Amino acid sequence: MSEQNDRWGIPGTYVFDLQLSRRGYAINRMCNSLKLEENRAAFVADEEAYMSRYGLDDEQKQAVRERDWLRLTQLGGNLFFFLKLAATVGHGLYQIGAQMRGESYETFMKTRQVPGAV
Amino acid sequence: MATVVAGIGSSHVPSIGRAYDQKKQNDPAWKPLFDGYEPVKRWLAEEVKADVVILVYNDHGTEFFLDRYPTFALGVADSYRVADEGYGRRPLPDFPGHADLSVHLANQLLADEFDLTLCQEMELDHGFLTAMPLLWSHDDDDWPVKVVPLLVNVIQHPLPSGKRCYKLGQALRRAIESFPEDLRVAVVGTGGLSHQLNGERFGFINEEWDRQWLRDIQDKPEALAELSHQEVMTAAGAEGGEVIMWLVMRGALTPQVREVHQFYYAPMTTGISVLALENT
Repeated sequence: MSEQNDRWGIPGTYVFDLQLSRRGYAINRMCNSLKLEENRAAFVADEEAYMSRYGLDDEQKQAVRERDWLRLTQLGGNLFFFLKLAATVGHGLYQIGAQMRGESYETFMKTRQVPGAV
Repeated sequence: MATVVAGIGSSHVPSIGRAYDQKKQNDPAWKPLFDGYEPVKRWLAEEVKADVVILVYNDHGTEFFLDRYPTFALGVADSYRVADEGYGRRPLPDFPGHADLSVHLANQLLADEFDLTLCQEMELDHGFLTAMPLLWSHDDDDWPVKVVPLLVNVIQHPLPSGKRCYKLGQALRRAIESFPEDLRVAVVGTGGLSHQLNGERFGFINEEWDRQWLRDIQDKPEALAELSHQEVMTAAGAEGGEVIMWLVMRGALTPQVREVHQFYYAPMTTGISVLALENT
């Protein structure tokens, strides 16, 4: 899915509807399991096995391997859930956002009114 | 008879909770925000003196996952635990519930054709937690108000319409006013204002739209309730669509309201606001 063919037609936006939610269910189910410390440890110990256990498809696995948050979004990942994955692998919200915008973290922060409010 | 004594709209951005827990009240980047809530907190403590707060929020995969996500859910418990969202449990006391009011609301709202999911256990995440300590002072183990959590699905479309949320608020008011005990009830609608956390448009804020929303929610709530999700998300960002939760709060107030306090601040990726209203 590209920016042009999101069903809702809002540029640069992937509306989390039931269709996208169904597409990304395995991702979001896996990410939500990372609420628990023992699951985070299991993910870090063997990422591939953990992804297989939750049934991610090849595209989804590749997006996780590459920490490609935009791709993960397009494949049905929801930020509220994949923030838990991001925290597990050391990415923060604003790094994710900068990446989705195609900008460096520094460039993105310059677009904010009060970048100290993090 | 129970009465609605305050209506509050408030954002529920997680970073506010972190700043609160890290005691950044005097940090230059955060001070405007905490100062902005202070008059509302004072008004609530000194004048409103609510016994119960009905807080409208959404859960973020903490209590409900996408396997079964309710459109509307109401807490009917004696207490509610502070959840661990995967980043550690916030150092806030658990919340005392008002189960008698909850049961009454459940009976009335269902009779009024709002078919809620009813929850005897609920852990509360930042959707609920963020506003609470900014609005009510707590000590190490208690809050000065009891709570009734009212959840709205704003994370997975189809969402309930703005109109449905507004009507839920109106039904909520009827239900509150038919509770025989003299209770002072505050209704808080959380979420928004404009923000977007996905896609190439991440970080989108529309301050002009937000300011208009803060006016129209007072004077033209029915016009706001007619907006489609598409219209709201286009103007206020995909996650800005959660402002429909403010319409539940507004529906619970009288047609004319008085603004007690308004604050707006958009430091990073969300138009953060608190708006305090009372019935006329």
